[in-house]
Amino acid sequence: MPRLWLLTCLGLILGLSVVSVFVGVIELSPLALFLDPEALHLLAVSRLPRTAAAVLTGCSMAVSGQIMQILVRNKFVEPISAGTGQAAALGILLSVLLFPAAGLAIKMSLAATTALLGTLGFLALVQRLPPTEPLLVPLVGLVYGGILGAVMVFIAYQADLLQYVDVWMLGEFSGVMRGRYELLWIAGIAAFVSYLIADQFAVLGLGRDMSLSLGLNHRQVMALGLLCVSVVSALTVVTVGMLPFIGLVVPNLISRRLGDNLRVTLPVTALLGGVFVLACDILARVIRHPYEVPVGTVFGVLGTLAFLWLVYARPRHA
Amino acid sequence: MIRIRNLSHQIAGHDILRNVDLDISKGGLTALVGPNGAGKSTLLSLVARLAATQSGGIEINGLDLKKISHGDLAQLLAILPQVLTSTHRISVQDLVGFGRYPYSHGRLTPKDRQVIEQVLASFELEGIRHRFLDTLSGGQRQRAYTAMAWAQDTEYLLLDEPLNNLDIAASRSLMARLKRLAEQERRTIVIVLHDINYAAGYADHIVAMKAGEIVEAGAPEAIVTEAFLSRVFDTEAQVTHVAGRPLVVV
Repeated sequence: MPRLWLLTCLGLILGLSVVSVFVGVIELSPLALFLDPEALHLLAVSRLPRTAAAVLTGCSMAVSGQIMQILVRNKFVEPISAGTGQAAALGILLSVLLFPAAGLAIKMSLAATTALLGTLGFLALVQRLPPTEPLLVPLVGLVYGGILGAVMVFIAYQADLLQYVDVWMLGEFSGVMRGRYELLWIAGIAAFVSYLIADQFAVLGLGRDMSLSLGLNHRQVMALGLLCVSVVSALTVVTVGMLPFIGLVVPNLISRRLGDNLRVTLPVTALLGGVFVLACDILARVIRHPYEVPVGTVFGVLGTLAFLWLVYARPRHA
Repeated sequence: MIRIRNLSHQIAGHDILRNVDLDISKGGLTALVGPNGAGKSTLLSLVARLAATQSGGIEINGLDLKKISHGDLAQLLAILPQVLTSTHRISVQDLVGFGRYPYSHGRLTPKDRQVIEQVLASFELEGIRHRFLDTLSGGQRQRAYTAMAWAQDTEYLLLDEPLNNLDIAASRSLMARLKRLAEQERRTIVIVLHDINYAAGYADHIVAMKAGEIVEAGAPEAIVTEAFLSRVFDTEAQVTHVAGRPLVVV
């Protein structure tokens, strides 16, 4: 069953990538690739980067959502709505204000650092909540993310930088071109590295006491998980903006259908995230052609529907 | 042998354990009993190093607990904590496989698979091996978690109130299974029990705690008396004997 899901997702990604490459404002037909050098240029500079960006974002956001859920031990959280995304945006805003001349690497490091601190703050808050009230965790996350977001908007307003904030808050791929999205490959690598230690995350998911009893280096795995979530969030927020819900919907869907054994399910989670984001980005380009709808909006609508279905559909008991 | 010397522990300024001295010898089933808040779970979690010792010392097989590495400890001693989540969607077989983590770190070897099969068989989980934990009854789930700890193949196994939420059939079957397996595989089991009758009926040794201190320790026949119940649990109950074992009339 997981293998079937894996192959299906892989097939869908390949199929959708072909579609994605030929959808856009400028007409591009498969035939033109052989006849027109301009067409190849368009492909290499815009369409392929955009497609890759959508897949990378989807994969890494789905994986980081899954890891966040294990760190917090609650299935209803994801980094973008629980403060990590807002903290990353705050970091990049601060770097624009404080070190305007600094290179991208320094700005990214600052964003990843604030994302890490923001996530640590969320973990500290959540640990004080009563374990009998699991729904308090996402609610606290929403409030916490809201406060961090408000701080960021206030600073941006004071510094007259609100136009940047819009770019970070609303995820979309229309600005993606060769030379402007490559950081996302690092997010993809972070997601892949977390797959390599999927077994340790699975043991971590059993809880602190049980994972200590099994000899897991609990602190170290927690730290690695935090690092992965922060790096992925910072890179995606800066490159394409915030895309909420992916980290929530995709891992929950997989958990319902295939369970929580991450060694088996994490690759499926990643690929399904890629399928969702790529499909939504294609929709975003065709709904009001030749104009675009932000992919965050499309996913917001479809993701909400998918989540309602998740909540109300009865899980099939094997 | 587990040797506990002069162990004291405080949580938020309250004394949970006071100068506990206790030897738990190898082999058999040792039951830890006592009223709520006596410090049984704390003692267990300190022995398993889930919390750091504040004062006093613990030795396992002559080794200072503080000096044993994570990996070595996980092959020497396993603990099953009291609160077990039910939201986790993993299959029984995968859960038991996690018990092999100290040896193979997730990549199961043929030896691990063999152990998993044996444990699934001895805990009668073969019929539900592919079911997810959240679809099981409380008794089945407890059995699955206990099987996971068993698959860890440690000399010492600590169980914190495994009979919580289990009905009489599931409780008796789990206790009988643990007693039989402990004898067969010569393991040492320390188990916190709420119900003194399960301790009296199945344990080889009983250690009674009250207000952070060890009050009494010994074989069930020797220590479970009416005076003992009154001293440890502050309750006047009659004790009879059935098949050579003491039985508290509740």
